[in-house]
Amino acid sequence: MSINASGWKPTAPVKGEGAAPTFTGNKALMLEEPLIFEIGSTETTGVDFADGDVAGSRLGDLTRKSAIGLPGLSEQETVRHYTRLSRQNYAIDLGLFPLGSCTMKHNPRLNEKVARMPGFADIHPLQPVDTVQGALGVINELAVWLIKLTGMHGVAMSPKAGAHGELCGILCIKAALEKRGQGHRKVVLVPESAHGTNPATAAFAGFTVEDIPATADGRVDTAALKARLGPDVAAVMITNPNTCGLFERDLKEISDAVHAAGGYVYCDGANFNAIVGRVRPGDLGVDAMHINLHKTFSTPHGGGGPGSGPVVLSEALAPFGPLPFTARMADGHIQLIEEETAGDDHPDTFGRMVAFHGQMGMFTRALAYILSHGADGLKQVAEDAVLNANYVLRSLEDVFDAPFAGAGPCMHEAIFSDKGFAAGFSTIDAAKALIDEGFHPMTMYFPLVVHGAMLIEPTETESRAALDQFIGALRSVAERAKAGDPSLKTAPHFAPRARLDETLAARKPVLTWKPLVVQAEAAE
Amino acid sequence: MSRYFTEDHEWIDVDGDTGTVGISDYAQSQLGDIVFVEVPDAGRSLSKGDEAAVVESVKAASDVYSPVSGNVLEGNPALTDEPALVNSDPEGEGWFFKITLSDASELDALMDETAYAAFVAKL
Repeated sequence: MSINASGWKPTAPVKGEGAAPTFTGNKALMLEEPLIFEIGSTETTGVDFADGDVAGSRLGDLTRKSAIGLPGLSEQETVRHYTRLSRQNYAIDLGLFPLGSCTMKHNPRLNEKVARMPGFADIHPLQPVDTVQGALGVINELAVWLIKLTGMHGVAMSPKAGAHGELCGILCIKAALEKRGQGHRKVVLVPESAHGTNPATAAFAGFTVEDIPATADGRVDTAALKARLGPDVAAVMITNPNTCGLFERDLKEISDAVHAAGGYVYCDGANFNAIVGRVRPGDLGVDAMHINLHKTFSTPHGGGGPGSGPVVLSEALAPFGPLPFTARMADGHIQLIEEETAGDDHPDTFGRMVAFHGQMGMFTRALAYILSHGADGLKQVAEDAVLNANYVLRSLEDVFDAPFAGAGPCMHEAIFSDKGFAAGFSTIDAAKALIDEGFHPMTMYFPLVVHGAMLIEPTETESRAALDQFIGALRSVAERAKAGDPSLKTAPHFAPRARLDETLAARKPVLTWKPLVVQAEAAE
Repeated sequence: MSRYFTEDHEWIDVDGDTGTVGISDYAQSQLGDIVFVEVPDAGRSLSKGDEAAVVESVKAASDVYSPVSGNVLEGNPALTDEPALVNSDPEGEGWFFKITLSDASELDALMDETAYAAFVAKL
């Protein structure tokens, strides 16, 4: 086993004892780095342009009159600046990243290889469709697989991320209601166990949001939801698996009741990795669901790449989906259905959400992931996601309070509370200590239904050895928090920066950099 | 003057037909460091239970509900620049808004200090 899960520590002497502070502020390989504005002189430039010989400018009075003060750096200085900063960061390629609800799993390098093929990477969205048949074929093929995996009727590929997909689904629901003469339905019901973006989406689309409580075991209160249904309810937005990491077992029953009352069911599919290949949301009566390609289908995200949130649609909602989309003709040719080419065939589309076709680079990666895993591989994705989360849950429930541990197995994420910590100690102290242990912290203080929530999603790609090391670190942190170890209050101790004053940063944010001389003048 | 509490952890001091509303010491201790407060504008008409103000801490954003129906007389202007008042003096200087009560009988459903202390002890 290559990973140290035993807590073994080297016996070499403690480093740094008796050392004087360095002249540079660097600590050997841990390099300090100022802001780019503090290192680049505005008087120099790393690029040597010849004076332009194009006469005249059409800007007139709008020509810039003074310098804009951008730092001038050479190529080497620029590369070093960003490389030094990157070494102070944490990434999925460095270690386990247990951020709940974010599915920070390994992004296979095969996907990257495929996405960089010139036929996918070096094309332009305005090229004639005859010259990009391969790329359009990828979009079409991925659409077919997403429909198949979810048991739905159609899919809108263009939404750029999860919340954008939610908006797409809600706009489909709005268009369908208006078509039925039911535009007066203005209420969207959102359970407490749903993602925080759900109520924001509904409100943004002009609906009134009403909360539905959760039961003590962390699931939606089905009776309360059914009791609230009526002629003013447009839709229910439900997250499954929900944000407590639990499967909403009553979803089919809820869908039937919502449909009987004339509403639609939106499912937040951000956590689809826990059920992919095992459950088809279409069988549960879902009308619209976004899929986070950047989570379930492993495309880089969180600073490493953009999101992508295609929305699968039921037969009732598919006619209202946005343009553009692709269609394979009888001769194998892929046609792009847009405003100009739709003719009279798609009169009910609610319009368009983005300029072009969506996140092409994410489409190629997601399709590569689906095809390289195959049906058996995707089933195992869901199994391993659930197995790993339950391994974490059962390995820690004796040291952390686990509020829903009695409700049966969790899905893809395990949730703990800060109950039992010594007085004055909270989740933030455990999270900061986890940084010292070399891990990214878990999701903190969310969901709100759990006191001092710690939401841990180990993901399906971590080995048992990696999980054991992580569990060992968390057990140690839990014991320190329960014992009231004062060093926990000032953690992290080994990060490039110690505990930051998050309260001050939120109360008095400094959002613009000013030259030091201006700062000094302002202080006088 | 008498003080009443809601199950959502607001307090209201009533003096004649005027009430002063804030959040309880328990509420601020649960929220943690408050970083932003949005109070209602004068003249706004509120029904009992309406979302009247927003309070944001380093952990979460929460709504503050009006314990009674009435018209807002003023929001606490000090909280814009100094939201920390809600932490340091939640049941005094950290008040959120003043309101004229349109129906004093709504107070009957609220808790007094003793009942609220017992309510919090069970949480």
